[in-house]
Amino acid sequence: MTSDPAAAPHESAHAPDGHRAINSIRPLAIDPLLDDPATRIVVCCGAGGVGKTTTAAALGLRAAERGRKVVVLTIDPARRLAQSMGIDSLDNTPRRVKGVEDRREVSPDGSAEDDGRRAGGELHAMMLDMKRTFDEIVEAHADPDRASAILSNPFYQSLSAGFAGTQEYMAMEKLGQLRSRDEWDLIIVDTPPSRSALDFLDAPKRLGSFLDGKLIRVLLAPAKVGGRAGMKFLNVGMSMMTGALGKLLGGQLLKDVQTFVAAMDSMFGGFRTRADATYKLLQAPGTAFLVVAAPERDALREAAYFVERLAAEDMPLAGLVLNRVHGSGAAQLSAERALAAAENLDEPRIVDQMDGKAVRNSPDTSGSSESPASTGAQDGSPAPDRAVETLTAGLLRLHAERMRLLSRERRTRDRFTALHPEVAVAEVAALPGDVHDLAGLRDIGDRLATVRPELPTTDD
Amino acid sequence: MGRSCPQPPAYAARGLVRLEYVSRLQVVSGKGGTGKTTVAAALALALATEGKRTLLVEVEGRQGIAQLFETEALPYEERKIAVAPGGGEVYALAIDPELALLDYLQMFYKLGGAGRALKKLGAIDFATTIAPGLRDVLLTGKACEAVRRKEKSGRYTYDYVVMDAPPTGRITRFLNVNDEVAGLAKIGPIHNQAQAVMRVLKSPETAVHLVTLLEEMPVQETADGIAELRAAKLPVGRIIVNMVRPELLDFDELELARAVPRTAVAKSLSTAGLGGARRGGNAERLVEPLLAQAEEYAERYTLEHEQRGVLGELGLPLHELPLLAEGMDLAGLYELATELRQQGIS
Repeated sequence: MTSDPAAAPHESAHAPDGHRAINSIRPLAIDPLLDDPATRIVVCCGAGGVGKTTTAAALGLRAAERGRKVVVLTIDPARRLAQSMGIDSLDNTPRRVKGVEDRREVSPDGSAEDDGRRAGGELHAMMLDMKRTFDEIVEAHADPDRASAILSNPFYQSLSAGFAGTQEYMAMEKLGQLRSRDEWDLIIVDTPPSRSALDFLDAPKRLGSFLDGKLIRVLLAPAKVGGRAGMKFLNVGMSMMTGALGKLLGGQLLKDVQTFVAAMDSMFGGFRTRADATYKLLQAPGTAFLVVAAPERDALREAAYFVERLAAEDMPLAGLVLNRVHGSGAAQLSAERALAAAENLDEPRIVDQMDGKAVRNSPDTSGSSESPASTGAQDGSPAPDRAVETLTAGLLRLHAERMRLLSRERRTRDRFTALHPEVAVAEVAALPGDVHDLAGLRDIGDRLATVRPELPTTDD
Repeated sequence: MGRSCPQPPAYAARGLVRLEYVSRLQVVSGKGGTGKTTVAAALALALATEGKRTLLVEVEGRQGIAQLFETEALPYEERKIAVAPGGGEVYALAIDPELALLDYLQMFYKLGGAGRALKKLGAIDFATTIAPGLRDVLLTGKACEAVRRKEKSGRYTYDYVVMDAPPTGRITRFLNVNDEVAGLAKIGPIHNQAQAVMRVLKSPETAVHLVTLLEEMPVQETADGIAELRAAKLPVGRIIVNMVRPELLDFDELELARAVPRTAVAKSLSTAGLGGARRGGNAERLVEPLLAQAEEYAERYTLEHEQRGVLGELGLPLHELPLLAEGMDLAGLYELATELRQQGIS
């Protein structure tokens, strides 16, 4: 291992291939971020399928077990994960998660560490119900008659359940709500599984500008718009357009839209104001964005877009969480050598001179009690030694596959860090299986917080 | 282009060649991260062999196809992006709902200037983003039009159209535009368009394939997606398991790996030429890490077998595509296309 603390894990792994990172990678220290009382919001964003939800849940659990009062807003958790957190029922309100321990850390020298962290943290979690959140906003901001007119409008129903940006908008809305309740000192937000990570930032604005848009005003009162300077051209075509819209959409649809727009009219200001407020909240110093990715080309490309975008929007990026990074305890053995060695074992050998003793591979002569492998297989077919050799060849091929994966992941990661050397990175060692309980989340949390993860775990 | 998508060919409707029939509109969905764009592209290549022509359609504006084929961003225009073995051609099209709507307006209403004015007003944006059903009708309608389009010679312009569709969680809603639009537009051209599109989508002319990985969440989502598609009477095609890792150790070997004496493995490694088997020797030091990797592999092996079992119960043809050791590139895409052909998918 190199002595450079900024170097990535498995640095030594690649030294034999002469493959080293050109740039040093800044490690992302998760615990200081979670422990800092000034951190009030952590937003986990990134492409779909990279483990955002799991990361958000693991961060929440870790922060709670380090003494903070946390709420995790998840968007679409895996069923078993949701069940394990007790949030599988969609009721759109945070529920306290049972089984959270007070785990103030014991440092390696055995002394309990106490740097001001409080015991008695809590974890609350909720799953976003986008339609319900939308309904609640309508109910809260319109009188009962108007609210029911809106809620029963087919156009509203379609908008609240299916608009491409509604989920993003409602996630932001819910974040604003949770923040204003001030019951938690840390809010961790998962972001919707959008087609692009950028949707999370774009969609609310799109919805906001739509609700605020010129068209809405046209639909409300075409005559008024016509009077405005610079809208003359539009005025000329106005009746033609309303006619075209009617033809295109069907008269009924246009009427529904107009009713809907009229009913929502009084709420537009509120939507806009709140969207702006939430946007500002995201830019505030208490907010930290974590871009989540896996060491794969597409995921890291999305991550790079997102990093650039956050910078452009003045939003505070804490760093990159790189999930599912593989390692090997036998990294000194390259893929090529492992494969060559496996081939050596594949060649059928009648007699192999080793340590001055003949090792026979023929089934009839096997079973010698001197063979250390004879305990492995009793039926004698294939011969134990041969079985061990086949196994060993398999182990070597498995290792070669791992080493190839490792170097591919590393290349992909290096491409990202070369472009964005300023971004701190936390690597999370891959787990062989899925995470669906608190113990698994705790494990992920530990892996997240380990600046130099020990890879892979050998003892379980 | 006709005003609406016509009925599927009579032979398909009668189901006479059902066994041999390869649907002309192949929709590829899957959970995010399963590689559905890759599979869609490989499928388009596979279907294009032997002088066929396919159109690969992208509907989510991600430019995933351009990245995959290592070309610049695709415009809203059908453009040849690859040649398949045997002289076939793959065209690609990134459908932009706004432009599709303007197209549509132009075609039916001759709204040159008014169309631009509508765009300026945000009406196009409005229509394509806020009314999800409308957006989807435009996207599927465009794909459907490509399926039905014919040359002057009477030959179909494209033998097959492959759609890189939205993910499993949204696919039924996306394809089931009829329900979406029914509540919004009860009459009028949008309504008619939706009806026509639905007729094609629910016919044997269409097959919806789901891409998954051998992991719990994608498999669960696949099962849910299939149930939803079936409930909506949409034709489910095949399950394609992507990125399948090679089986490097079988069940017996994994059993042996648990029980085998470390010294025996060390000796084998030494035989293979990896140094000394004695304690502290190079070969001996490899034993624990290699067995640890086998242990991880065993855990994954068990999980994968469970998930294969779950997929097997879904009653659909199952295909597996290998994980490409060197990552996904153009050469890999052709490799996957060959694999799909060999598995009889095209």
